[in-house]
Formats: sequence, structure tokens, C-alpha cells
Amino acid sequence: MSEPKNKESMKNIILVSLAVCFACSIVVSSAAVFLKPQRIANKDLDRNRNILEAAGLYDKASGQQVNIAEQFEKFEIRLVDLQEKRVLSDLEASDLGIDPASYDQRKAAKDPDISKVLTTQEDIASISRRARYSTVYLLKDDAGEIEKVVLPLHGYGLWSILYGFIAIKGDMNTVSGITFYEHGETAGLGGEVDNPAWKALWPGKSIYKDGDVGLRVIKGNASPDNANFDYQIDGLSGATLTGKGVENMVSYWMGDEGFGPILEDLRG
Amino acid sequence: MSANAKEVLMNPIFNNNPIGLQILGICSALAVTTKMSVALVMCLALTFVLTLSNVFISLIRNQIPSSIRIIVQMTIIASLVIVVDQILAAVAYDISKQLSVFVGLIITNCIVMGRAEAFAMQNPPGLSFIDGLGNSLGYSACLMAVATIRELFGSGSLFGIEILPLVTNGGWYSPMGLMLLPPSAFFIIGLLIWALRAWKPEQVEEPDYEIGGHTALSKV
Repeated sequence: MSEPKNKESMKNIILVSLAVCFACSIVVSSAAVFLKPQRIANKDLDRNRNILEAAGLYDKASGQQVNIAEQFEKFEIRLVDLQEKRVLSDLEASDLGIDPASYDQRKAAKDPDISKVLTTQEDIASISRRARYSTVYLLKDDAGEIEKVVLPLHGYGLWSILYGFIAIKGDMNTVSGITFYEHGETAGLGGEVDNPAWKALWPGKSIYKDGDVGLRVIKGNASPDNANFDYQIDGLSGATLTGKGVENMVSYWMGDEGFGPILEDLRG
Repeated sequence: MSANAKEVLMNPIFNNNPIGLQILGICSALAVTTKMSVALVMCLALTFVLTLSNVFISLIRNQIPSSIRIIVQMTIIASLVIVVDQILAAVAYDISKQLSVFVGLIITNCIVMGRAEAFAMQNPPGLSFIDGLGNSLGYSACLMAVATIRELFGSGSLFGIEILPLVTNGGWYSPMGLMLLPPSAFFIIGLLIWALRAWKPEQVEEPDYEIGGHTALSKV
């Protein structure tokens, strides 16, 4: 045991703090490094599962065992150029040095070379910057016709940016499903965007009305008698702003700045 | 010694419950108790952090200069929390997503800091380990009790298994929305503390002051 006098000396204070910091930093960094591959694999798996869920190929609630990797093989992953508003061929993608399967749109949005700053007018989803390239996931039937297309979405809700996917049927207008895989909205209120019951309201709704995005998240319940029923999603009670955020996100990404012209193209 | 160890382990469960008597760690008790599975993982995470931080701090307690002891404790606790967060993200990704920031907030959980300062700084590692375990059990008992009530009445299920069939699924039970909101945990914890103190009246604090009699002179 060291004497108390010695323990409180400046030398000992510096020594102890350095030793503690050193030991702790080794523990923390080794945990981070060793677990990184597993963490990234989980994140990718979660993202792929959400793509399957949006396309209706995976249902978490049913509890059925689905091989996510195997199911995911069914998708054709393509890169789109949101500036030139067209789908790129695999060759063009590899010329750009981008592998669509591992492309990180979030990182790309921070790179000034391949992203653009949105003006206040353009920026209805409040995302400030948009990457030039984005991935889209095509699900084709046996005849090679596009059955469904899954598109990534993101936009600001009340507290956070929501990240998700929307799946659209072959007519490039009818919603087939929507999921959110990352958000920081209030659990039980805005966080209910995750609720299967709410997500179940989306399939069958139409996006475009007279050439514009007509889909709205409304206050209260949509009534089937309403002429606009096909364009209305029931709002989440207590989460008006999150609902508004989701609506803006859909408006932006389905609009001219987003995937609008590309869907037009695919409908072809 | 062994009797002492048993006391150190068992006392925090009912006699000196960190939530029930010391009213520490309320924040996470409100936040993560809507589902039992999530609450259970939170309890395991806290157990890991609390027992290990107690052991490590106790190991170097004779070296820590008192002028920097709080920051040294904080460094050790924060490192352990980061490790837990990383492990959860690697093994239980879904649950770590649901716990989100609350694992990180174990750092600020008063129980961890409180036990480090109050117990581990004065006691040997073995006993500190038991103290950490005991307090984690006390915390877990309280959290699981709250989570059981909230999940049962808020979602009609326990550990995600349906107990009360919900109206939305064709049953008869219409869930209490309040149970899913943080204030309900306040009420439940309050009721639990009441029940605990009714059972063990020695836990009731002496009032700080008593309201005196009416002394103002009435004007006639």
C-alpha cells in the first residue's frame, strides 16, 4: 500500500490518469476493431431485410424463416444517375468505380464531387445534400418484366432523418410497401412509422395524380368514399410532424428531383 | 465474511433497492420498460457494466488520487459502456436498435457512479463484485416488475407472447395506451415504492419538517 501522501502527489496523479486512459483506450479500440465486421454484416443484413420487407418478400410477424441472402439474390441492383435522370448500365457504374451492391449513398452525399447542395425550394425533404447516384433494386418476373422496384428514401421527420425503402409495382405508380430501417422518432408516437399496422395502409395506394406526386399523409382516417382515397394515408395520432416528414420525403423522392423521371423511364 | 457477502448481495434487492429506496436510475426505468425483452437486455447490460466497473475501480482504489477519482471512475465506466454497446450491435442488433441511446446513457446512470463512489472505493474487489451484482439484481427486479405491468397492459403480451388477445387481432382486450408512454412508469414505480414501504415501514424517511399549528391571531 502506498502512503496517502505519495498517492496525492502530482506525479502520481499524472501517472494514474495516463495508465487508466491507456488501458481503457486499448479495451475500447479492440472491442471496436474486433466486432466491426460483425456489426457491418448486421447492418447490411438489416438493410437487405428491409428491402425484402418493402417488396413483400419477407414478413417479420409471420415468423417464417426466410434466407435473406438467398431472397436478396432475386433483386437486380442498378445504379441511377439522379442528375442525368437515367438508369446506368453496369458498365457505366464500373467506369465510375462504383459497385452498386456496396455503394454507400449516405457517404456519397457528403462528397462534394458526387453530390449537390439543395436549395431551400428544392429541399422539401430537408436533407440539405443529395448524392448524385443512388441504387435501385429491381425485381423481375420470369419474362424479364419489372414486377417491383424498391427505392431508398430518406428525409427529416420531427427529430431525426428517417431512412427507409418504398417498393412500387410494375406500373410505376402503385405502392407495394414501405419500411423504415433507421430513425430517431419518439417511440410510441412518431416511432409508430415502424408499426406493421401503419405500414399495411400503404400497399395499393397510388403515387402520381395528374403527373404530380399526389400521395398525402392526412389527419385522421382516410375514408373510402373520398375521391382521393387512393392517394391518402391515415396520419399517426400524436405524430403530425413525423407524418408530414414522411409525406415530404415521398414527394421529394418520387418527384422530378428524385426518382420521378427514372420511374417514367422504367415504365417506358 | 460469508454472512457479510450475503448481506451485500441481498440487501439491495428489497431492503436497499437502488430504484425503490435510493431513487437512482429512474431515467432508464422510464425509457426501456415498454417491452420485457428490451428491459431484460438493458438489465444484463447494466449488470455487466456495474459489476465490472465495481471490480476495476476497487482494484485500483488505493492508487486513485482523490482529486481525480470521479474522472477516473467515469473513464472506466464509459469504456465499459462502449464495449457493451459494441457487443450488442454485433450480437443482438435488433434489440440494440430498440435500446438506441439508452445503452450509452448507462454512463450517466446514477447507480453505477453511486456504487463506485460509495462502495468500490472502500472495499476489496471480491466484495465490490458482489455489491455490483446485488445492486444490478435490485435494479433488474424493479425494471422487470415495471416492464411486466407495462407490456401486459400496454400491449397485452409478455416477452412478445400474446397473453391478453387484442381487439385489433380479434380478441377482447383493448390496450391501455398510457402504459406505452413514459409517465406510466412513473406511476408504477411510485406504486411499487408505496407497496415496498408499506411492507417495510423502516424505509419511510422521517419528514424533514412538520407543519406547525395555526398561530396567526384572528382579528376580532
